[in-house]
Amino acid sequence: MLQSKDNIILKVEDLAIGYNTKKVETVVASNINFELEKGQLIGLVGANGIGKSTLLRTLIKVQPALSGKILLNSKDLKSTSTIALAKQLSIVLTEPLLSKNLSVFELVVLGRHPYTNWIGNLSEDDLTIVNNALELVNISELKDEKCYELSDGQLQKVMIARALAQDTDVIVLDEPTTHLDMYHKAYILKLLQKLTKETGKTILFSSHEIDLAIQLCDTMIVMQKDKVVCNQPCRLITLGVFNSLFPKDLIVFDNTSGSFRVSK
Amino acid sequence: MKISHTYSFIILIVILLCCFVLNISLGSVSIPFSEVFGSLFGNIDNMTSQVIITKVRLPKAITAIMVGSGLGISGLLMQTLFRNPLAGPFVLGISSGASLGVALVILGSGLFGGLFATALISKWSIVIAASLGSFLVLLAVLAVSSKVRDTMAILIIGLMFGSITAAVVSVLSYFSSAEQLQQYIFWGFGSLSNLSWEEILIFFGIYSLGIILSVFSIKGLNALLLGDNYAKSLGLSLKSSRFIIIFATSLIAGTITAFAGPIAFIGLAIPHLTRQIFKTSNHKILLPAVFLFGAIVMLICDSIAQVPTSDYMLPINAITALVGAPVVIWLLVRQRRMMF
Repeated sequence: MLQSKDNIILKVEDLAIGYNTKKVETVVASNINFELEKGQLIGLVGANGIGKSTLLRTLIKVQPALSGKILLNSKDLKSTSTIALAKQLSIVLTEPLLSKNLSVFELVVLGRHPYTNWIGNLSEDDLTIVNNALELVNISELKDEKCYELSDGQLQKVMIARALAQDTDVIVLDEPTTHLDMYHKAYILKLLQKLTKETGKTILFSSHEIDLAIQLCDTMIVMQKDKVVCNQPCRLITLGVFNSLFPKDLIVFDNTSGSFRVSK
Repeated sequence: MKISHTYSFIILIVILLCCFVLNISLGSVSIPFSEVFGSLFGNIDNMTSQVIITKVRLPKAITAIMVGSGLGISGLLMQTLFRNPLAGPFVLGISSGASLGVALVILGSGLFGGLFATALISKWSIVIAASLGSFLVLLAVLAVSSKVRDTMAILIIGLMFGSITAAVVSVLSYFSSAEQLQQYIFWGFGSLSNLSWEEILIFFGIYSLGIILSVFSIKGLNALLLGDNYAKSLGLSLKSSRFIIIFATSLIAGTITAFAGPIAFIGLAIPHLTRQIFKTSNHKILLPAVFLFGAIVMLICDSIAQVPTSDYMLPINAITALVGAPVVIWLLVRQRRMMF
């Protein structure tokens, strides 16, 4: 038990998330507790509007938590400076890129931002890390392409390479598989799994691809109306968590195949 | 930096030098090339040429370089900060503030009488009024930007300042005499000439400060290309970089408006032209390229405006708009590929 404590990279205690405007507090979800281990692939699933994005935004410090604690590398997220956080946590968001006029290389290089000098000059080390990131994601040959020339799937890979170049312990991805075809959905998630194995990084992503997540993730966080459950996918199936994920009138979870079926 | 970019920069610098020499060789009095060079390096017999070159044309050419490069760079800063391809150096209401200051001095003299009742308004009072006006608007915008989280809100506030100014100016012009109106309109034409060396020195001081701040913003500007959330996740302090970028723009655009009047289109068009030619959004390349392009285009515009060998001097704003407006139209037509 003690050994596994050292292995915890992200710990969430009694977290309540939501929005705080003026005097009105809108709680999206509360009483969230989980621990994430190093080097794991973690999938965050739940119905639309349940608060997956809010949870991720809180974890990456884009919005403040209403109450509770988030510990990254056993340090409170609140007291972690922006620059220190940038060296521990990188993100891939759903929001479209503002400028697609950068080359793939230039964009991935931006991941080195927290480490470079005042004008952003790259050292030999920086270049090695950037090239490594490009290789890990298999996009070395796209290096000189402009981002507007890429397909959605390629662009997603580039954004993952950029996060890798930031060389952080944790990478958080918000719905990395939206807009992708079935093959690329599987490809991206499989890639994330490979990255956790090869780099030892912890990767947390939210997704609607529950079937794929069950097959690929080491741990899954399931958000439901009244509770948030975090466990290994096979445990979650035996606990019957997925059965109550959606209203049962349309789709039901099939425990034996580990996927959803349309009810007849 | 790629080798092709190094070549492009060398070519641009050569073009800039050529435009500079061409600009000071042309004018209402024709001066042969040998005398132009002679007066630049201080060995010449023809005193008239010497005076024309060093007192009139050289200050004007230097002003043109500062105005063109400064407006280009502040336009670039604003387009990246507001992620709006149609933003320019004046979106913060800087030129509106300056116009309001000048309008109050020139047109207000009729309304208030007494204190301002001198028939001729001196050049310095216009410079001071323009600086004060843009400085006050800048203060207001900075105060607002520290309160408002949304970058777009600052853009709207800048536009609102513009509307207020336009309204006040039209009220003032209703009560003004024809001569005063004419003087105000002439200021609005913009002018690169008639700056003394002392004025240029002050101009240069403030301008350089703004340029230095912009150079220090390069890294942050590149991070901002990804959007606010990504920039923050890269360790960028959004608040302070936004402040520095707005401050740099205000210094540059404010001082240019004070000394040369509200010069349109250059700030909007030059960054787009540069992006199309250099095909990048990387500010490490864009910023120096915009600097050179702005200076070159302004020198060319000024050479055209003075209508070589004639006594006419066309308003510089008309020429920049003639160059700038087609660029804006061209951009809108090709919108599908308009990147920044």
